[in-house]
Amino acid sequence: MSEPRYKWIGTRPIRPDGFDKVTGRASFGADLSLPGMLYGKVLRSPHAHARIRSIDVEPALATPGVKAVVTAADLPDLASEAVRGAETQTDFQDLSRNVLARDKVLYHGHAVAAVAATSRTIAERALQAIRVDYEVLPAVLDLDAALADDAPILHEDLRTKGVEGADQPTNLAARIEIGRGDVEKGFAEADVVVEREFTTRMVHQGYIEPHAVVAQSGEDGHSVVWCCTQGPFVVRAYCARILGLDPSQIRVIPSEIGGGFGGKGTIYQEPLAILLSRRTGRPVKMVMTREEVFRATGPTSGTRIRVKVGATAKGKLTAAAATAIYEAGAFKGSPILPGSMTMFAPYVLEHVRIEGFDVVLNKPKVAAYRAPGSAMAAFAAESALDELAIRLGMDPIDFRLANAAREGTEAPYGPRFGRIGFVETLEAAKRHPHYTAALGPDQGRGIACGFWFNVGLQSSAAVNLNEDGTAVVVSGCPDLSGTRITLAMMAAEELGIPIERVRAVVADTETIGYNDLSAGSRVTFATGMAVVEAARDVVRQLSARAAAIWEVDPQEVRWEEGRALPPEGAAGKPEPLGIAELARRAAQTGGPIVGQASLAARGAGPGFATHICDVSVDRETGRVSIERYTAFQDVGRAIHPGYVEGQIQGGVAQGIGWALGEEYLWNSSGAMENPGFLDYRMPVASDLPMIDAQLIEVPNPTHPYGVRGVGETPNVPPLAAVANAVHAATGRRFTDLPLSPPRVLEALDSEE
Amino acid sequence: MAKIHVEASVNGEPVEFLCEPRASLLEVLRDELGLTGTKEGCATGECGACSVILDGRLVCSCLVLGVEMEGRSVQTIEGIASAERLHPLQQKFLEHAAVQCGICTPGLIVAAKALLDHNPDPSEEEVRFGLAGNLCRCTGYDKIVRAVLDAAAEMRGQT
Amino acid sequence: MEPFRYQAPQSLTEAIELLAGDGDPRPRALAGGTDLLVQLRAGSVSAGLLVDVKRIPDLTGVVLDGDGLRLGAAVSAAEIGEHRQLADSYPGLADAVGVIGSAQVQGRASVGGNLCNASPAADSVPALIALGAQCLIAGPSGSRTVPVESFVSGPGETALARGEILVELRLPRPPPRSADAYLRFTPRTEMDIAVVGAAVNLTLDSDGVCRAARVALGAVAPTAMAAPAAAQALVGTRIDEEALARAAAAASAACAPIDDKRGTAVFRRKLAGVLIRRAATTAAARAAQRG
Repeated sequence: MSEPRYKWIGTRPIRPDGFDKVTGRASFGADLSLPGMLYGKVLRSPHAHARIRSIDVEPALATPGVKAVVTAADLPDLASEAVRGAETQTDFQDLSRNVLARDKVLYHGHAVAAVAATSRTIAERALQAIRVDYEVLPAVLDLDAALADDAPILHEDLRTKGVEGADQPTNLAARIEIGRGDVEKGFAEADVVVEREFTTRMVHQGYIEPHAVVAQSGEDGHSVVWCCTQGPFVVRAYCARILGLDPSQIRVIPSEIGGGFGGKGTIYQEPLAILLSRRTGRPVKMVMTREEVFRATGPTSGTRIRVKVGATAKGKLTAAAATAIYEAGAFKGSPILPGSMTMFAPYVLEHVRIEGFDVVLNKPKVAAYRAPGSAMAAFAAESALDELAIRLGMDPIDFRLANAAREGTEAPYGPRFGRIGFVETLEAAKRHPHYTAALGPDQGRGIACGFWFNVGLQSSAAVNLNEDGTAVVVSGCPDLSGTRITLAMMAAEELGIPIERVRAVVADTETIGYNDLSAGSRVTFATGMAVVEAARDVVRQLSARAAAIWEVDPQEVRWEEGRALPPEGAAGKPEPLGIAELARRAAQTGGPIVGQASLAARGAGPGFATHICDVSVDRETGRVSIERYTAFQDVGRAIHPGYVEGQIQGGVAQGIGWALGEEYLWNSSGAMENPGFLDYRMPVASDLPMIDAQLIEVPNPTHPYGVRGVGETPNVPPLAAVANAVHAATGRRFTDLPLSPPRVLEALDSEE
Repeated sequence: MAKIHVEASVNGEPVEFLCEPRASLLEVLRDELGLTGTKEGCATGECGACSVILDGRLVCSCLVLGVEMEGRSVQTIEGIASAERLHPLQQKFLEHAAVQCGICTPGLIVAAKALLDHNPDPSEEEVRFGLAGNLCRCTGYDKIVRAVLDAAAEMRGQT
Repeated sequence: MEPFRYQAPQSLTEAIELLAGDGDPRPRALAGGTDLLVQLRAGSVSAGLLVDVKRIPDLTGVVLDGDGLRLGAAVSAAEIGEHRQLADSYPGLADAVGVIGSAQVQGRASVGGNLCNASPAADSVPALIALGAQCLIAGPSGSRTVPVESFVSGPGETALARGEILVELRLPRPPPRSADAYLRFTPRTEMDIAVVGAAVNLTLDSDGVCRAARVALGAVAPTAMAAPAAAQALVGTRIDEEALARAAAAASAACAPIDDKRGTAVFRRKLAGVLIRRAATTAAARAAQRG
């Protein structure tokens, strides 16, 4: 297959917005201050489960310097209504009650009231003056307790969705089932069957920037919000709903964002800041502390997954089944559905069934975390497959190749895959020197694979031509990872001009058309499509201007390398007209040249990956060290390879942290014991080796440049890759994460 | 609580400010002096986003009080580049795509500068341990370490 | 956090006067602040006045001579790490001080602060115990010296009376063919509080036989503790496998660890033995290289 020759696609230019980031000029959520600004703080529940009998805010209001206090009584009481979110399902009623507790507090740290005062100190003092009368209820702190017959019920009106005749109050919010065929028949045909149960703990996305917002409201009832968010239109829509306003009454301007990973695709303090600013007539700033981020913003689910896989002696998978139970936290909506859908998606399976359960309990409401639900699902599936391959005496990559999904394979959740690159990642891994490199004593190598759908959704973009022929790309998806330069590169490629002559900016909800949020690995794909369309619109307009000047048919004008080329036989044999010249003459030839596009993108290409992980295990202490890591991912087309590699490396690092040390620790009353970076242990620079990101390009035919989303797939294989490597090093199969040293040592010592 | 008047030097310029004894240097930099390049990630000295160089020593500004600055000098991210040119570290971070979301970048550049000021020829391991006090959640540290090693080589005149 | 006043005295006398003053909450000494400021913000500790001791010459000097080491209580870990001779003479102390937190924390944290914070997991304390350090304390009634193992009396509690301040640590000059080592276990490679800390200080004779040993453990009891039985297991031996095994067993037996969010008691007990063995091996190798 001949590769197209691109000028910019595939190169590594410096991102123009990078200069502000390396000098400290870039403005993040907490960096804005306005004259007359008040500070908002939230009062949080000290109980994991309690009824609110009464809240007396008078003593707080009476505190000098306090300008407003709000509780759920100041919000409309919403009925249940599903929200269409990018990756997780939620309900506006639940969202409202998470923003401020109504009737009950459902986790330690749940917001109960918010104050606005002239200083942070006074705001904190005011919180202490608020009197809340709680009736403490028994807390539900694990899945067994939540599902027990006599479990305390979090939501009296919750009935299990997906179960016929479910009419009793329950903590089981939903049951889902994915699959086809007859797994019992499939297992009967198997020569080897592996069945295991796996458990993982709640972990946090771990973004370094705490949530921050400044809201300012005017006498016309219009509010402006600056905040760090993955989705300014999401913030607008959700806040409008929560506050009973029209979206047009709220303008959301996204700041630079210091990490999101899915966790900043929802709202927490934003409606409170708006409400307090409307009450006081002054700007209100609310910045979370790190402790608040841990106690009260969405982690992802802890899980219990039982997996059963069977294969013939020749290595053909005959059936796969799983029962997966996911923690939703205090309100329904864990990522059980995407987790179940992705679990066995890399493989050809005639018989497959996954049964999934969404369970509420007295922990913070979970939020999306990069490929939501999938890392845990892959941990279970890929560990079981690893064991199956070993029992079959097969090389783990060969085993997967023998069962790999290809173009036309029917996914376990229904649709047939288009052009995909899973096999290419397996083959690349097998060929790579890492796969056959020597290992030392107490070292082991693990393989694991992963899949994420990636999404399309809606984007709007504009390409504005400046009078000198430079261009600005305007879009509405916050830049988490280098998408501005990526979009600029696509525009430069279309316009045929140097990348240095294209800038890209992220607009706000009043300066660009609707955009779904930066999530689902969609920006380079969907917003990229819109940018390409907008740039092509500019090219059409430029060609039309040239055609008018030359008095020829616009269809006969060719656009190449930033110039309009006249057709053969054009009168007077005119010279080509460059973009700068056409831009200069725009006013005389018809006016400003602006390209626009808005779309609901279809055909997001799924991303597959194969990872190789080498570990060494200190048998006397149980400490696992990552010695080497190589990730092979089908990225479609890497527009800017540096940022694609970066996404892969970052996702791998998060997965390693999840596998080795990150977990929420709880005391017996349901309060998190480690709400800080000291004891919530994310990897530091000395914990990791270089992470080799191998970009495999199998272009996605539905995107003009073959783009596939890349940002989430990297998070899916690492849990199993690490656990499989530890198995190879120690001979022990670990089914419970994280692999903290005490757990590893206990397992190693247990059979000695 | 009465505020204390402090005279210090920030990025080579004399400054004076008023602050309560309990205000951290981080709060003073951001709220009194308008230098918001230094970030708060945790306020407990565990993420390094607030890193500054105090009298030649790398410190977390959240663990220093503003009042401790009397007569002292501090260098922040705003003082790393010279008037028209980036410091090699800043340039290399851009070239290596070592900046993703950018929230950890100011702290990392300051920490890397302090590292190279003390040890101009660090090994990869020394870079990793020297930067262990700076959390990054986006990059997995790979390109950051490469950028620092590349900047160090350039500063030694070896590229 | 609750407001407090701040003073930065330039003399020891002035500092003592300030620390002895009436006041509720009480005055506290501020060195690096890496523990104290975090605790004040969390509300787990309160102070009416912070007495910044970093401008007092008595607390910020490092004197290393024929008598040994006099280490000012407020000297930063970074400065200690940069002191070539100190690190050569007391490599185990340098090991311990060098793992306290990140480079940023090292730029502020002090041995005096580490000691006065009195965390059961403090890294410097086992190393100081193994070296037989003495604490010079000054107060309204004059000065006194206490051995470091008596300085910390419980988690967060020290032998300091109101108005007293830790001025310096005094370490004897290491005899010939002596060396110390400190190891700790943390889940990550950096940034964690020690789950177990182990310090060993050995003196060998010219035949390579251990003539004296001191062993101390951290994070396995309410305070760092000397482990004399583990030390005894090494004396008279060539620090061979069998001696190391007996020392390790003695160390494990001597612990009184707890389960907490950083480790289980079972884990700590086992690691105490592992780390003592490793630290003793390192100390012996170092000692053998010295004349």
